[in-house]
Amino acid sequence: MSRALRVDPIACDGHGICAELFPEWIRLDDWGYPIVEPRPVPVALEAHAERAVRECPTLALRLAASRTDTAPRKR
Amino acid sequence: MTAQLERRSVAPPTGVARLLATVRDDGRPVSLAEHLDAYGPLPRRPGLIEAVEASGLRGRGGAAFPVGRKLRAVAAQRGRPVVVVNAAEGEPASKKDKALLAHVPHLVLDGAAAAASALGAGSVIVALGARARVEDALARAIAERRDRIRWEIAHVPDRFVAGEETALLAGIAGRPAKPSTKPPYPFESGVRGAPTLVQNVETLAHVALVARFGAAWFRSAGTQSEPGTALVTLSGIVSRPGVHEIALGTRLSELLAGAGTTEAVGAVLVGGFFGGWTRDLDHPLDGGNGLGAGVVVAVPARACALRESARVAQYLAGQTAGQCGPCVNGVRALADGLEQIAFGGDDSRRDLERWAAEVRGRGACRHPDGAANFVASTLSVFETEVGEHLRHGRCGGTDLRILL
Repeated sequence: MSRALRVDPIACDGHGICAELFPEWIRLDDWGYPIVEPRPVPVALEAHAERAVRECPTLALRLAASRTDTAPRKR
Repeated sequence: MTAQLERRSVAPPTGVARLLATVRDDGRPVSLAEHLDAYGPLPRRPGLIEAVEASGLRGRGGAAFPVGRKLRAVAAQRGRPVVVVNAAEGEPASKKDKALLAHVPHLVLDGAAAAASALGAGSVIVALGARARVEDALARAIAERRDRIRWEIAHVPDRFVAGEETALLAGIAGRPAKPSTKPPYPFESGVRGAPTLVQNVETLAHVALVARFGAAWFRSAGTQSEPGTALVTLSGIVSRPGVHEIALGTRLSELLAGAGTTEAVGAVLVGGFFGGWTRDLDHPLDGGNGLGAGVVVAVPARACALRESARVAQYLAGQTAGQCGPCVNGVRALADGLEQIAFGGDDSRRDLERWAAEVRGRGACRHPDGAANFVASTLSVFETEVGEHLRHGRCGGTDLRILL
């Protein structure tokens, strides 16, 4: 099953380690908060994604099933 | 004999005034007896969720989410659900939900009761904004009712984000009314961990009428993709500001003609502070065209809408929940950049456009998205005025009344 990176924006404090570890998929905005590529992470790069997830000091990053969320959400 | 025991059938409202059909001139809330006299009793038959699905009703709190799908999602969960009436109405310019609770409380409560009955929920919580002056009317209406429902009234702060579903639930639980990370969604885990249906006040009033008169009747107003009527809160340069009921898809020009404009209209804000500006008076008023929670503000041609917009953006920057970096920093930067342009400063348009694109979808709620849409719309609709401000520090707009 393909997986995509997700940021918990409340937990994220903008340490920026994720963007250093996985620049192919994560860049930082003007304030140092991550902008992650929403597409599924290719299998070849999953090890980098997992490392970024592991090293996040606030546990704000995760790899989740990339199926489009069908749940109700407030726009 | 009380009106409740009569079983005569009542004809559905035929005009555009569906929710507002029984509003009294003297401002007194419609009593339960008067309400039942006008609309008939709430039917106790199964099939509400199917009827709501077939009606095509979408939520009227701003997100226009299909109500049938939300009901279905709650119904599919294990555990006894709870129904929450979202009466936070945190946007300062919006008055329609307070108006419904103040004038026709039983229509709203009927919708909640019908939803509770369809879901097997035993309790309904009405969550009011702290400054809503409707609690007495609401408490009296609840006391009149004979449903087997435990009704509760809760209060949430009058903050812009307090009406976001997860913020509302946090407020009800006595925590700071701030959004939380999803999942879990309220339909999975809401009040005390129970599957929770959160619906806007107006949405539930429509549910009360779908329960009585069915999906086909509901669809006899509005458009194919967005059926029914909707309430708008109209303000600005109109003779009759306030809450109006329109068929969805109604042109802006028709709404303004009905309310009477007092001078030449320069631009209209549709959808409130998360909405966008338009100068096209043929603009159709519906969710797909940004009607949001129904706030419409007509601004005169001789006003400076750019300064108005800069103030709104500052308000939105001050109303973030303070939790998510992209929102705290991004919405602040968008507001400051727009203020610079409006009050004679640097041309940060390229940064503003990039930030607007970057902050979308990066908060726990849609606050950054809404603010970004508003700023992007301001820059695009007032492109000419932005150029004038950058060159001369002002545009032709000399009327500095505060309208937003």
